[in-house]
Amino acid sequence: MTETALIQDPLLSVRDLNITFRSEGRVTQAVRGVSFDLGAEKLGIVGESGSGKSQTGRALMRLSPPSAEITAERMQFGGIDLLRASERQMMRIRGNDIAMILQDPKYSLNPLMKVGKQIAEAYRMHHRVGRSEARSRAMAMLESVHIRDPERVYELLPHEVSGGMGQRIMIAMMLIAEPKLIIADEPTSALDVTVRRQVLSVLQELVDRAGASLIFISHDLNLVADFCDRVLVMYRGRVLENLPAAALGQARHPYTRGLLDSLPRLDHPCDELAVPVRDPAWLDAPAA
Amino acid sequence: MTTPNLEVSQLSIAFGQGSSRVEVVKQANFGIGKGESYGLIGESGCGKSTILRAVAGLNPDYEGALLIDGFELPRRRSKEFFRKVQMVFQDPYASLHPRKMVQNVLIEPLQIMGLDRRQERIDTILSDVGLDQSFRFRFPHELSGGQRQRIAIARALIVEPELVLLDEPTSALDVSVQAEILNLLNRLRRERGLTYLMVSHDIAVVAHMCDRVAIMKDGRILEKLTPEQLRNGAVSEAYTSDFLAASAPAVVRAG
Repeated sequence: MTETALIQDPLLSVRDLNITFRSEGRVTQAVRGVSFDLGAEKLGIVGESGSGKSQTGRALMRLSPPSAEITAERMQFGGIDLLRASERQMMRIRGNDIAMILQDPKYSLNPLMKVGKQIAEAYRMHHRVGRSEARSRAMAMLESVHIRDPERVYELLPHEVSGGMGQRIMIAMMLIAEPKLIIADEPTSALDVTVRRQVLSVLQELVDRAGASLIFISHDLNLVADFCDRVLVMYRGRVLENLPAAALGQARHPYTRGLLDSLPRLDHPCDELAVPVRDPAWLDAPAA
Repeated sequence: MTTPNLEVSQLSIAFGQGSSRVEVVKQANFGIGKGESYGLIGESGCGKSTILRAVAGLNPDYEGALLIDGFELPRRRSKEFFRKVQMVFQDPYASLHPRKMVQNVLIEPLQIMGLDRRQERIDTILSDVGLDQSFRFRFPHELSGGQRQRIAIARALIVEPELVLLDEPTSALDVSVQAEILNLLNRLRRERGLTYLMVSHDIAVVAHMCDRVAIMKDGRILEKLTPEQLRNGAVSEAYTSDFLAASAPAVVRAG
């Protein structure tokens, strides 16, 4: 397998990651031989449903379902071997070193707890500080995700905030522990286009300020091209292409081209949209 | 102009009472000609789906009038109305009964409408939506998202409606599947002379599918445009320009 991007001292290094599910005699290979290195950058993973992009993200935090069989030649995060780390070690890593932002804040916030308290609690999980210190940290964090009236928002319950604000609260909660790696799984897919931009710029600002690395999982090619530095294109568990985000428009792989061409476009009116054709041989061919 | 297939006149819809009353649709006016495809576009909470639900008869509590072929619809819709007007919902995972076989999903509307030649109609509609006969005996969990949406479209079209209400029919689907479903909807409209009223938050999808588009914000129709005007950015409202800018694709197709 060829390495397209050689990164000196990667924060995260994954080689030949395979995830398999076995149930009732059926074997499903969700991820097949995925390899990549991640430096201080924003890496996009794009693909359609079932391409294994979310499973890859979950495996990095060791949050795969119990039925998943995970093998890899290497899954190294800084000095830690994620394959062999104990559950105790993983508890410390999750949230502290690697944080995850999920799609819908409606489901990832505790519905019965004030949002500010949830942020403060996240901070106290990883730092030995008192309540008032955690509260002022949470307040500062709310401000840094551009929430205008943090004193008021601190006291709100999740159902009282809008989708965009909910997602900014999630970002505040995930970034308050200053993780080195953030995995964002479809963080803006549940949001409107205009709100989406605002949430992304908040995420970008905080990632830049903290110098953290970001894995951005999405089905939206346009969004990833705009927001990320580099993109992995996944199809049925395989990385078909690994290329700079700015070059996504010039992607060579027929699958990536097919996905791009299937999008209706304002500037290219057409009668019939192109439907991508899929070639089973892609699963065996080396990555472009 | 001939009598429009659907006319929406001074439509206002409010939820809640007293001080918590919120007007979510404010005096909307538009008409859709026979065989035309009309798009409503806007962000969550702009009232686009509320209009669609009022037309479908799912919310009888509205002010103003809705007319089909020049006749005002009664608040409680008749069976003949549902023969003429059908709806396809956003999420095919939620809109099909999980324990009903495809065949039974499709036979139910025929029974309700008292239509004959049931097996024949099911054969025809399945092949029209691009599925073979083996799909008759499948359950929703045995179908992909795109196949489910094809069944939902088949269920709507099996009673041969004239007007089809489409509520974000592809926003829960992958882009490649979206392309398949949009192509299917366009082909069916051509072949059957259908009228579409489509709601979407995706400006490129609406411009691809519709002959005319209304931009909504906070319950009001801000402006009505043709896809050409959208493409050329010939818009008069600042909000529409913002919306266009936010939706602009970053990937430019090379050569």
